[in-house]
Parts: sequence; structure tokens; C-alpha cells
Amino acid sequence: MTTVTYLQAISAALRDELRADERVLVMGEDIGVFGGAFKVTDGFVDEFGADRVMDTPLAESAIIGTAIGAAVVGMRPVCEMQFADFISCGFDQLVNVAGKMHYRQGLAVPITVRLPSGGGFSGGPFHSQNPEAWFMHAPGIKVVAPSTAEDAKGLLHAAIHDPNPVCYMEHKHLYRRVKGEVPDGVFETPFTARVARPGSDMVVITYGAMVHTALEATDDLDGASVEVLDLRSLVPLDEEAILDSVQRCSKVVIVDEANSTCAAGAQVAALIAERGFESLDGPVMRVATPDVPIPFSPPLEQAVLPSVERVREACRELLAY
Amino acid sequence: MATKTAELAADGAPAATAHLLLEDRVWLLRAMLLMRGLEERAMTLYRQGKVPGSFYDGYGQEAVSAGAAFAMGPKDRLCVLHRDLAAHLIRGVTPARILGQYMGRETGITRGRDGNVHFGDRTVGCVGMVSMLPDMMLVATGMAMAFKLRGERRCAMTWFGDGSTSRGDFHEAMNWAGVQKLPVVFILENNQYAYSTPLDKQFAVDPVERAAAYGFVGVTVDGNDAEAVFEAARAARERALEDGGPTLIEAVTMRMHGHAAHDDMKYVPKEQVEEWRKRDPIDRQSARLTELGVDVEAVRAEVKAEIDAATQEALAAPMPDPASAVEGVFCEGEAEVLGDGQAPWSGFRQ
Repeated sequence: MTTVTYLQAISAALRDELRADERVLVMGEDIGVFGGAFKVTDGFVDEFGADRVMDTPLAESAIIGTAIGAAVVGMRPVCEMQFADFISCGFDQLVNVAGKMHYRQGLAVPITVRLPSGGGFSGGPFHSQNPEAWFMHAPGIKVVAPSTAEDAKGLLHAAIHDPNPVCYMEHKHLYRRVKGEVPDGVFETPFTARVARPGSDMVVITYGAMVHTALEATDDLDGASVEVLDLRSLVPLDEEAILDSVQRCSKVVIVDEANSTCAAGAQVAALIAERGFESLDGPVMRVATPDVPIPFSPPLEQAVLPSVERVREACRELLAY
Repeated sequence: MATKTAELAADGAPAATAHLLLEDRVWLLRAMLLMRGLEERAMTLYRQGKVPGSFYDGYGQEAVSAGAAFAMGPKDRLCVLHRDLAAHLIRGVTPARILGQYMGRETGITRGRDGNVHFGDRTVGCVGMVSMLPDMMLVATGMAMAFKLRGERRCAMTWFGDGSTSRGDFHEAMNWAGVQKLPVVFILENNQYAYSTPLDKQFAVDPVERAAAYGFVGVTVDGNDAEAVFEAARAARERALEDGGPTLIEAVTMRMHGHAAHDDMKYVPKEQVEEWRKRDPIDRQSARLTELGVDVEAVRAEVKAEIDAATQEALAAPMPDPASAVEGVFCEGEAEVLGDGQAPWSGFRQ
């Protein structure tokens, strides 16, 4: 075990994969000599060379499209979007070419797309988004979102080993803020949910950076026993883990950093309405970013992103129901 | 980088035949006849209500896919467009499976998951197109990138139309392939219309000129001459394998039918169609071979018999099980890989 940051865990997973499997290559904008906008691939080019740590033209559709081509002839490309927001430029290749390939032609597309996502540091409307729900709605693409250093490493290994396209949502605000013990070497974290903290009075269901917001908000909540369920994987969604928490806790708050409408949490709420109704002791509550672009100025951004205080308020309201 | 213009209508020109034995030239005719015959049969089946959705064909453009695919080796990989059925036939996809594909049968290449020529048989090294043209240019570029990274002497080929040249993926693929000097052959199938939009509303320069802008060779060929297309593709493949980078081949042809079965093509002047009818690629190849003493009628009869048998086989095939509609979205086991295709050109025997 080694104690590393979330960002170091991502780097370690990539390095381990590049060492272990010659089919793996990482490709993206400014990831070679520069080491990436967030330095995830810092120093990689010296160890693995410019062919396997590939500085690409500034063309997201091409990054995804060429990765698909390389994957179907036996490579295991890991694409970096410099910011998750830029995946909009590669959306068509991911959704129409990669996502539908296996269903149509029985041909696997083992690509991993790393998506540095999330806000909280004045990145503004084009460097702060959480686009995971776009891909949840598109068949054929898996979506994972680690919240801890250990899961950051284990989910990335699992994503690269998976024969399907996987969107790996790495939250920028966790890069250097979150640290933890991580097993050495290659290991896989399953695409299932994780109980971040067990409880019995209420469950907060969330993922990514909001796991930490939820833990902080409910750490000392008037003596209530609050469970926090970290989804970790959005596709596949661990429905049994969600329903199990609902059954044990009976009250549910769902937190998304993403815009509210049709967010991952909306799917969780729908699942609970369909299959967990009998277990509920109150309305399902949601806390999410309202349907606005993420504003730049700190007071505006803080006004829209779910805060510890907003989550706490929602929990108090539901506990009192 | 110079943009070259191969001679148009170079009937039997030495350059086009230097690498083709008589058996190859018959193969090209056969592939084109099979393509046309199968598409005509599919249109009949469509009118009988046996082909769901719409139907798209490549009538008059047979030389483009036949000539280009014929130059590709077993380990090369292809992303084929919807008016290029002959490429699938050359790679070894059987006519019965193609008709099964059109009719949405379980035996079709996509097992009813997709229709028309939206398919690629992975077992013969092909990846099927999507409707967002020209997305497959990037996929082919990525295949070529992998070949180059691994030091393999292989190349990728893809087809796209004049309309595709307006989209970003065309430019992204051309740029990427040029920057990395990849072994990929781009076949621009200029058939004069993108649905109803003529060339002068699509681009301000002949798109073959753009190859030079991206740092590689662009060649224009008569897209209604299978042997000329073959020769351009053969040279492009050779260049690719010698680390000479990509080639853009503009095959000039004409879409003789509407965009799809519903389209009466009112927007195309009749004289234009009649002019191109005189340059029919099958008539041209037939005339050449007749001159060389080949019994073309016998080839036609063979092809017709093959299509008749394929039709019976396809009609007898089951429809897919509705319960299977939700299956296969994800790969559950080991990742499948592309297999090698048939490569009938005699040049691969040497």
C-alpha cells in the first residue's frame, strides 16, 4: 500500500498499464512533453516514448475516432480529453461509432476516455461540466466516476481491461485534495457501488466529488445515522446496492453535481420510484446544480454547485419529514 | 506535394492493365455484375415489401468499390460506404448474407441490428459505416495508426462521398493522417450529388486539391473505369506500405439512381444522366473483355444463377428473435478482433 493523491493514483494506473501491456497507448492534447494540462502523464514520454504517449492534433473527434480504429485492430487506447467539456466535439464518434459498434457488428471497441470533469474553481462554462449523463443515455458506453484514490486506480485498470468503450469521469477538484492508501500493482475495482459510510436513518446517494460533500454534510447531523452510497459506476448502475440502501434507510437524498434535469440522480430517483416505493418513509429529495451553465465568478458558481450546506439542509428537511 | 490527374476514360491504357491478368479483369467485371445484380434484386424485394425501411444502391458506381477493394491485401482493413457493395463481395461476403442483411434477417451480417449496406463483416476485415458521413475516415486513420505503431506492412482504406468533404471529420482525418504520415488510402467517391445538393453548393475548390494542403498526394481517376481505379488504389497502397503516407483518390463518377428508393431525382438534368449512361462501368469492362475473347454472356449467366440461389437462401432464412433485441449491446467476453479478408488479385499470389 502507498498513500497517494487521486491524481497520482490515475497516473500510477496508466503507468502500470503501459508497462504491463504493449497494446496500451495514451493519446491526447499536450500529454507528451508537457505531461498534460493536469500533469497526469508527467514524465511518461521519457519512459514510454512519443508513440505510446501521443501528442495529438487539437481535434477531439479525431482522438476518439482514431482510437476506435486502433482498438478494433487490437490496441487498447486511453484517450485524454483535456477537459471533459471538450468531449462535445468527439460526441458523434463516441456515441454513434463506438457505442453502437458491438450491437451492430459484434465488434468490441476497447477504448477508455478520460474526462477531467467538474467545477468549483472558476473554470467557467467550458471547463467545469459534468457530462456523464449524456453517455448514460447512449447505449453501449460504460460510465464510471471514482471518488477515492483507491477507486481512481482500480476503476481505471478495470476500464482499460474492459472490452467496451468506458467514459472515466475523473473529478478535477479531487486531483490533489483527496489522498488515500492504494494497493500496489494492477488491481480492478468492480463497476459496482460502495458504501462510503454505513447508516440506518437515511441514505445519501451520490458519486464523484459529491461523495465528499455528502460525507462532510452528514458527518455530524444532529446525531442521525446517515449512510452515504458512492455509486462509482453509472453504467452499469448498481441497482441492487441502491435498493438495498433504500430498504435499510427508508429516506433518500440524491446528490448530483451535474445539471439537474435527466442527471444520473434522476435515473436513481426513477429506479427508487419503480422498485423501492414500498421502502420509502418520505419523498425522494434531490440536490443538484440547477439547469444553468456553470458560471465563472466565485459567488455565482458557489450559488449553483451543491454545497455542504445545501446537502445538510436537504437532509435535515427529510429527517424531519 | 503534387496533385496528379490520372487520364480520364483511359480505356485499356497500359498503365491500368500492367498489373492485371485476364483473370483479374474478369474478376472485376464479375464483382461489378454481382453488385448490380444484387442491388437490382434487392430493389425488387423492396418493392415486394420484403426489404424494410428504405433502400440505397450504387448503380453506375460499381467500378469505384470493385477497383479499389481489388487492390487490397488480406491483412488490410476496410471501412466501406453504402454505395460500395462490390468491396464486400471482393472480401468474401456471400450474396445470401447480403440479401439477408437487406431483409433484416437473422442471417444478415448485422443480424437485423442495422439495415442496408450499413454493415461490415468483421471476419473479413471490414468495419461497417455509420450514417454520419464521413466518420469512418477517422476509424480507418486509427487503424493505419496502429499498423504504423506496430511496424506492420498493412494499410487501411475507406470510401466517402463529395458531401463528406464538407464535414469536420474529413478534415480531421486528412490532417491527422498527413501529420503522422499514415498508411491509409482515402477514396473520395465524387458522384456529383450529396442527396440533392450538387457539387457547386458543396465546395469552392476541387476537394482532391486538399490532399496537397494536408501534405500528401491527391489523384483524380475516372471512377467509371474499374481498372483505372484499381491502378490508382494499387499505387496508393504501395506508397502506403513504403512509408510514403496517405493518398486521396478522387474517383469521379455519377449516382445514376436517387439517393434512396423514394427519391425520383427530379433535381438532376436528364441530359446529365444520359451522358453518364454512355460511360457505364459494366458496359465498358464488358466491351474490353469481349474484345479479348472472354465470353461475357457466360459470366453474366453465372452471376445471375448465383443471385437466384442467394435469393432463395435469404428468403428461407429466419427473422431475428424479438427477445434478442436487447442483447449484445456490450461485449461480455474477450474483445472480438477483425479477421483477414479474401484478396483475389493475382498480384497477391506472387
